[in-house]
Amino acid sequence: MRQEWGRLVALLLSQFRRLDLVEDALGDAVEAASRTWPADGTPDNPAGWLMTAAKRRVLDRLRTEGVAQRKLPMLLTDAEHREEGARTMADSGSLVEDDVLRLVLMCAHPALAPEAAGALSLRLVLGVPTADIARLFLVPEPTMAARITRAKKRIVGAGIPFAVPDAAVLPDRLDIVAQTTYLAFTAGYAPGTGPDLLRADLSGEAIRLARVVLGLRPDEPALVALLALMLLQHSRRDARVRDGRLVLLADQDRGRWHHDEIAEGTRLLVGPVLAGPVTPLTASYALQARIAAEHATAPTADDTRWDRIVGLYDLLLQVSPSPAARLARAVAVAEDRGTAAGLAALEGLEIPSSHRPAAVRAELLARSGDTDAARAAYDQAIAACGNDVEREFLERQRETLG
Amino acid sequence: MRYLVLLIGDGAEKPWPEQTEDEQSAAMEKFGAFDAACREREGVELLAGEALSGPDDATVMRTSSEGRVALTDGPYAEVIEGMGGFYLLEAPDLDVVVELLRVLPRYDIQIHPTVDVTL
Repeated sequence: MRQEWGRLVALLLSQFRRLDLVEDALGDAVEAASRTWPADGTPDNPAGWLMTAAKRRVLDRLRTEGVAQRKLPMLLTDAEHREEGARTMADSGSLVEDDVLRLVLMCAHPALAPEAAGALSLRLVLGVPTADIARLFLVPEPTMAARITRAKKRIVGAGIPFAVPDAAVLPDRLDIVAQTTYLAFTAGYAPGTGPDLLRADLSGEAIRLARVVLGLRPDEPALVALLALMLLQHSRRDARVRDGRLVLLADQDRGRWHHDEIAEGTRLLVGPVLAGPVTPLTASYALQARIAAEHATAPTADDTRWDRIVGLYDLLLQVSPSPAARLARAVAVAEDRGTAAGLAALEGLEIPSSHRPAAVRAELLARSGDTDAARAAYDQAIAACGNDVEREFLERQRETLG
Repeated sequence: MRYLVLLIGDGAEKPWPEQTEDEQSAAMEKFGAFDAACREREGVELLAGEALSGPDDATVMRTSSEGRVALTDGPYAEVIEGMGGFYLLEAPDLDVVVELLRVLPRYDIQIHPTVDVTL
């Protein structure tokens, strides 16, 4: 059912412009199916059954809204598109997929706030229930329901189209789809606050979203690079936490990494799609993915090619300079050229409201034997850390200083 | 849909009085190009468009609950102090409006749909 959700929403939207009615109608149809199918048996064409039921509900609603028969055609999209829809229904060709792409682009429209776009994509494209989206983003369900409702109203009110834009703008728009997807992924991969170290199910949904889009645009460089990056990071999920505690990369049980995902990620990176010139966003995803691949393919932590990783960070800082990348580079420098070089690379680096620079400095100071300075840096990091599991980890590290 | 397009600030453009004659005529050409693009685009109709005189000429009118009218000198708020002009246009959706507006000088622009209140 969930696999069909986005396709059905897209198909219904291509026939009725009423985003508000379409989603409710499909929800009702699914509910009706869960009541009648167990008794009557699953129909031969479940998606077709849902489509018919949902369409009937939209038309019912339009009628009860007092829309007279003569006005009805105004609520349908132009005749041309209707014909397209009809043809699609008959031969289930690529036009359905265009409709799904329209839906994806509508949900990740630049005129929507990024968090709203992420939530809306999970809801409309993937069919994740609102209660689950709320749980994934760590907000109460009414808050998430209100956020999604507001986003849908804005789509209608601002005139955000259900359309594939001009070829000149499409790459930019697909970059935004990629950014929306990655935002959802990182919300699951490294939650800034709360009790969990990671929420792998949210990251998994983000990967599913990228796969839906790649199913439609298999040669889109930003999405290929992003999928590689997400797979390579996601592959370590089962090894990152042990008994509720953070496990550092070097200490992770590499047998628990998902090697099929690592293989897929590295294969994507060497494919022809990323061989040509790419946008800065794509280059940034690809470089981060290559860094993750260096870790993922090292047989043991000691075999890690830190020299190559430093080189990749140098490139990343050219393409997309950020304090987070500088911090990660400093860690790599410390591994490659020693603690003193790492501390020098950390000089002057600050990330507002992040505990990470202080945590890295503490670790490097501890390694260099400067216990007092290390303790002070740990104190600073612990005070700034909002994630419970990470804070406990830092507290344990501070204790081992003696 | 019908949109009110407010050219609310100079954005990346030099303020009009500081522009050379060449720069001003280049900007005027862009307004002409926008008009032409709207005419050519199916489903788009430019209903109105005017440049505004300076903020010093603006007057704010307020009417109290007793019906007393008070006039004050100047624009309503700082944000619209820099407003240089507006368009009212009919367009199928936001993407079309944004695409057309790209030919204008690089002002900060607010795009605001209107609501149909005719009964």
